[in-house]
Parts: sequence; C-alpha cells; structure tokens
Amino acid sequence: MSARLEIPAFDWLRVVVEPWALYPETTIWIVLMGWLVSLVCGAVGLFLILRRMAMTGDAISHSVLPGLVLAFLWTASRATLPMMLGALIAGVLSVILIEWIHRSSRVKPDAAMGIVFSLFFAVGVILVTAYADHIDLDADCVLYGEIAYVPLEPMWALAGIELGPAPVMRMAMVGLIVAGLGFLFFKELITTSFDPVLAASLGLSPKAFHYGLMIVLSVVIVSSFEAVGAILVVAMLIFPGATALLLTHRLRLALALLPMIAALHSLLGYHLAVWFDVTVAGSMAVAAGGLLAIAWAVYCIWARVARSSH
Amino acid sequence: MKPVLETHDLTVIYSRKPVLYGVDLTVHAGSIVGLLGPNGAGKSTFIKACMGLIPLESGWVELFGQRGRKAIRRAGYVPQRESVDWDFPVNALDVVLMGRYGKLGLFRRPGKADREMAMDCLRMVNMEAYADRQIAALSGGQQQRIFLARALAQETDLYFLDEPFVGVDAATEAAIITILRKMRDQGKTLIVVHHDLTTAAQYFDQLVLLNMRVIASGPTQEVFTEENLHRAYGGRLTLLTQAASERIQQRSS
Ligand SMILES: Nc1ncnc2c1ncn2[C@@H]1O[C@H](COP(=O)(O)OP(=O)(O)O)[C@@H](O)[C@H]1O
Ligand SMILES: [Mg+2]
Repeated sequence: MSARLEIPAFDWLRVVVEPWALYPETTIWIVLMGWLVSLVCGAVGLFLILRRMAMTGDAISHSVLPGLVLAFLWTASRATLPMMLGALIAGVLSVILIEWIHRSSRVKPDAAMGIVFSLFFAVGVILVTAYADHIDLDADCVLYGEIAYVPLEPMWALAGIELGPAPVMRMAMVGLIVAGLGFLFFKELITTSFDPVLAASLGLSPKAFHYGLMIVLSVVIVSSFEAVGAILVVAMLIFPGATALLLTHRLRLALALLPMIAALHSLLGYHLAVWFDVTVAGSMAVAAGGLLAIAWAVYCIWARVARSSH
Repeated sequence: MKPVLETHDLTVIYSRKPVLYGVDLTVHAGSIVGLLGPNGAGKSTFIKACMGLIPLESGWVELFGQRGRKAIRRAGYVPQRESVDWDFPVNALDVVLMGRYGKLGLFRRPGKADREMAMDCLRMVNMEAYADRQIAALSGGQQQRIFLARALAQETDLYFLDEPFVGVDAATEAAIITILRKMRDQGKTLIVVHHDLTTAAQYFDQLVLLNMRVIASGPTQEVFTEENLHRAYGGRLTLLTQAASERIQQRSS
C-alpha cells in the first residue's frame, strides 16, 4: 500500500473566505497567536543572530523540557507559572552549564552546547515517558504544540470583558515586556552585541546582558511552546530575523519590518494549513521558509542591480 | 604628579601558560607611547589587563593613581579592528555614539547633545560625510577612523589603542598619527600597540618593548636600540629588519 500525495485543489472560498466568514473567532485567535509568536520570537532571535548565537535558541528550546515536566510533576497541575519557572530554571541552568563546560575543558562551545541540550532533552523525554500514565502532558504536544487549540483555552477577562484566550494574552504580555526591555536597553544591547570588549570597558557588563537575554529567551520560548512546540519555536526564532536582515542592513528598519513579516508568516501559514488540512504550526514554519527564499531572491537581484549600477 | 598608568608585578596566566610576567611599568601624562613586541608577546593582553577585562594572577594596575572600576572609566579603549564583526547592521554614527554610553548610564538614551558631539568626533577624523553609511560599506581605513572617533567621543585622558595602523591605507595612517599628536598636545596620554619597526621611532615619544616581560621602556631614542630590539624579538628580528629594510627601499624607490 502506498499513500498517494494529492494536492487538494485551491478553492478560494474554502481556503480564504470561509475561515473568516464562518468561524471568525477561531481564525482571529489562531492568526493573532501566530503573529505574536513570530514577532516576539523573531525580535529576540534577531539579536541572537547578531550575536552569532542562533543555535542557542535551539539548545534552550530543548533544554527547557525537563524543567517543564518536573514543574508539572511537582505541582501536579498544568498551571502556567510553575511550568514557566521550571522551564526558566532549566534554560538558564543549561546556559551556565554550556559555558562552564567549554571554559573548564577543551570542549569547544558548539560541542558543549550539543552535549548539554541533548542531555537535558533526553532527561525530559525519559521523564515524559516514565510518567506518561499519570500526566496528560504528552510528548507530541510538547514537541509540536497545537496552535489550533488556542481558541479553546479559557478566556481571560478583565472587569467582565472577555479579552481573549489565555495563551494569546500571555504571549501578548510577554511581547510587551520584551518590547519594553528592548526599548530601555537598546543601546546596551547593540553595544554588547557589536563590541562586548568595549562594552565591558565602558562598564556595561556584557555578562549581565548575556544572561538577561538568555532569561528573556527562555521566557519567550516557554510562552510560545504551547502554540508551536519545541521544534517550531526554533524556526520562529531564526526565520523572521534572518528574513528582515536579508531585506535591509539597517537594524532599526529590520526591527520595524518584523511585524509585517510576522503577519505574513501567520496568515500564509494559517491559510496553507486550511488548504492542505494540516498542522498550523508546521505550515507557519513552511510559510516562513518560503518567505525567506523570496527575501533571498530579492536580496540577490538587488545586489546584482547595485553592482551593475556602479 | 601622579603617573597616568602604573603597573606593578602584573602577571596574567592563560590556561597555565604565563602570558605576562611581573610587568612593572610607569607612564606619565602627555605622551604617545609605543607598545612593541613580537606576535603573541602579550601586548593585547597587557591592554586588557589594564582595562580590567581579564583577571590578574598577581600584581596591580593603577590608573591616575587609583584602582578599580571607577579608575578604568577614565580610560578609553580602541580594540583591534578585526575583533568585531563589521557586517553588523549599524551605521558609522551609531558606532561613534557607543563611546558616549559609558557616561550616559542605564536607561538614558543618547540625546541631541550626544549626537552633535559624535558628529564633531566624526568631523575630527574627516568622516562626517559617512555618518549615515552602514559600517559594512566602509573600507578598512574608514573603519579604523570610526573606531578612533568613538574613542574621541569617550572624552577620556588616557587611551589604549590596539594596532590602529593595521590594514589601513597610507592616508589614514597619516591622519591617525596627526590626530594622536593633537590629542597628546591637549595633555592626553596614548598607549599604542604597533608592530612596524620602520615607523616606530618616528611616531612615538616613549617606547615599551614587551615580550611577556618588559624588555625596555623609556624615551624612544634610549629604548630603540638594536640590542633591545634583539632581546625583545629574539631570532625573529633578523627576518623583521630584513622585511623592514625591504619596505624602506620599496618606499624610496
Ligand atoms: N583568551 C585566550 N585564551 C588563551 N590564550 C590566549 C588568549 N588570548 C591570548 N592568548 C595567548 O596569549 C598570548 C599573548 O596574546 P596577545 O596578548 O594577543 O599577544 P599580542 O597582542 O602581543 O600579539 C598568545 O600566545 C596567545 O595565544
Ligand atoms: Mg594583539
């Protein structure tokens, strides 16, 4: 028996119109969540790329797993705060461990990273499978997340007015905090990223900002987890920033492009998922990849035009 | 008057290998000091140790007669140009503004006065026309001028410059030395890592020959002797002087 790969016909009405006309609530929350995840991960990821630490996002998103599971077992609930804290501790611990290994041995940083995150992740997987009978935290959900379930989560309400599903509201809050920190510490962030040695001589403490960024990264990863899962968080940490930096070489402009890039990721990904009837998170990552390819093509053409006009 | 820089028994060890050993040095205000020594002699390490950027095994450093963080803020540092990623998506003015951040403190964003000051610094290195230019689009010489402008923006009385003449064109080299002399005439002290022996005697008032230890230090004409250079560079000097004399011949031909 072989599964035939069939491409469903593109039905404009079914793929584009109906989601907004027939079930607008669901569509809005999913698209909004996708936009937030891509935007917030993208903004933090942009600085990771600039610091040549892109793979650190990968490492941390795997390392938080045992923290999540232990917090879950400890509190015997899926309450968000303990899970966040557990993941945060695991994430920061893994960063400290990576640095300690490569500083106190001849193991190079990238190898140290590989060692630590695969170890943490393995411990996490063992914990999940060992306690799988007792907990409804299945590995699939942690790995892939399910953004399609976001609209079903309990609503946050303020003074009787429904604001939106909890994950979306949490992500929005994290986004606001990240934006606020980014605004407050913009000069320190670019200086410690561009020239950490000068930053240290100016008294800006690159170390403090490194760990600060790692903490923010862990929080962002955990709040994105339930929407897109461990593997796709990595995509969202890299694609938006990489796309923006292909389109412009100005940092502020690149940051300003992120909301638009994130909107494209979310909308294209969502409708792609409806069209093929597949996972939304996966489609978002594929849309992000497609967009990056387009940005790359634009970059190549632009570079050629610039060269020939000289 | 207190010396601008004083080190005593300065020792730095990298993974069990001593890189600096018992370095005693005193530098007084208002001179351009050349820091010379072969590759791997510990010149960059010495600067980093003075700036408090690496832990000392033993000894101490005093800047302006004081130790610790506060004293270090009174010194400016121009790292080796290759030590940063010039593909970083900022423009020349952004980089010069970084020089102001030590004085600004947390949470404060650079204001109009800082911007104007940074523009003045760009003007001093003849780069005002490039303020808006992304640093990736600048030549090596222009990048080095931007680094110098950033140092000027720090407005300190003591500067450490690590190999400012490497990979720059002749015009930039001349421009940099002119600016350094102007700074010296304003009473500032400049400690410059340099490796071109053919220009060392001409550029510097004082010389420090370093190779893990201080081989010699003092006024240039006293220090710049064949014997001292031999002791600093060892067997490599013959190669170096050969290369140097070849270059001098090339220049004069
Ligand atoms: N971070 C480091 N870790 C280990 N060894 C180092 C480090 N930095 C420099 N070294 C070693 O210390 C010695 C002195 O280096 P450096 O101060 O850069 O010399 P110079 O600037 O005079 O060329 C070299 O042998 C170099 O290999
Ligand atoms: Mg050096």
